[in-house]
Amino acid sequence: MRLEKVDSVQERNKLYLDYIEAKSPKSSWAKSLFHAFLVGGGICVFGQTVSDVLKACFPLLDVNIISSWVNVIIISITIILTGFGVFDRIGRYAGAGTVIPITGFANAIGSSALEFKKEGLVFGLGAKLFYVAGPVIVNGVTFSIIVGLIYSLIGLF
Amino acid sequence: MAKKIGVQTYKLDNPVYIVGRSSIVGDKEAKGPLSKYFLKSTTDDTMGESTYEKSERSFMQKAISFCLKNSKLNNADIDILIGGDLLNQMVTTNYTAEKFGWPYIGVYSACSTMSESLAVAACLLDANVGKYIMCVTGSHFASAERQFRGPLELASQRQTYSQWTVTAMGATILGKQGKGPKITHVCFGKVVNYGVKDIANMGAAMAPAAMETLVQFFLDTKTSPNDYDLIITGDLGKFGSDVLKDLLLQKGFKVGKNFSDCGHIIYDASQKTFQGGSGAGCSASVLNSYIVDKMEQKVFRKVIFMPTGALMSTTSNQQGDSIPCISHLILLEI
Repeated sequence: MRLEKVDSVQERNKLYLDYIEAKSPKSSWAKSLFHAFLVGGGICVFGQTVSDVLKACFPLLDVNIISSWVNVIIISITIILTGFGVFDRIGRYAGAGTVIPITGFANAIGSSALEFKKEGLVFGLGAKLFYVAGPVIVNGVTFSIIVGLIYSLIGLF
Repeated sequence: MAKKIGVQTYKLDNPVYIVGRSSIVGDKEAKGPLSKYFLKSTTDDTMGESTYEKSERSFMQKAISFCLKNSKLNNADIDILIGGDLLNQMVTTNYTAEKFGWPYIGVYSACSTMSESLAVAACLLDANVGKYIMCVTGSHFASAERQFRGPLELASQRQTYSQWTVTAMGATILGKQGKGPKITHVCFGKVVNYGVKDIANMGAAMAPAAMETLVQFFLDTKTSPNDYDLIITGDLGKFGSDVLKDLLLQKGFKVGKNFSDCGHIIYDASQKTFQGGSGAGCSASVLNSYIVDKMEQKVFRKVIFMPTGALMSTTSNQQGDSIPCISHLILLEI
């Protein structure tokens, strides 16, 4: 980086940003992936175990109902851990490992509820419950529509 | 009256003395390397209040009370309160000013607020405006987090170049007479913007502001880094400090062991704050503890104190604007 020799602010900023990009400390991909795999995989194994246990105990239950129960259990555990201030520590370690499963969504709602109830039930909790999760829903719905349209178009031929 | 030397620097006719000071920190800061220097610490970061905004106020009011006690002055001796904080519209300082009832000048330059307050106060005192001026600023991890980032319990990962907002307050009373460390020069910073947009990378955004103020100060005073025992920035963090050293080197100034950064030294590596501390309270608490302590022990005799502040808002940042930054400098001598 030789900022001395540049004439314009744009040029200076570009040189500086390139320098910052190169010099900024990076997180280790391998380590992040391993942590995410470990915790994310662990959550999936736990979910599968709950599902198998439910199936063994209640053989007559419908598969869809069992999977709903698995979700309810995982979401409840996440919310309780969020309330006790433990889940953010797990998430800091796991990264995508806790964000991708339903735990990420549960934590986004739970942490917002905890945070914004101080501004009141209507304009605090009510208005900001989906502060973090809102964009997830909007994007989820949007992309579902796009994928659905593509599928129906493919189905025409 | 202060005399202008060079482009940005003012030399005070009569030095202004630090006659009282206090620092009060939260639990995490009290477990850091500077623990023994802080006047008070608390394990309860809510201070028994129902919201973190209120607890930040409580922190600030305690810092002022301890500062008064330290200076052995009375409420009525203080002529003006100068201060600011990070919360929108500076509510923390506004409510604190209401409580103490002094005439109040609110100043905002984010994490550079301590040096801005001190610089303004020093110039006022030098111009015979008031006899004693109280300067205060600080930050609270939880209230800053909810204003600038998101819910506290949100399980997200931090960037490796990010920093941790300190829970700390610092208060200083400046007076025209005293025997402790004194302010002899002030250098008001300009807004500097090198195009950084990532609010997690504050060190990179703010380092150019520190460089420009410091270089101008050296040119104005015709001095070099070796003339000072300590050159300390506020919260550039480890990464930002390295960037500043690189930038200074390009301008032909080499800083060595006499350079330090409050954010870098307030936590140790095991506290998992990545690049160190940040926030207005970072430099304010370190100045009023470690730095002045060491000056009183004559370990440091000439200290450049120059925290840096990032002047964006969450709105400007979301709209894609880069981060304007500033650094105000004061020279302390004993």
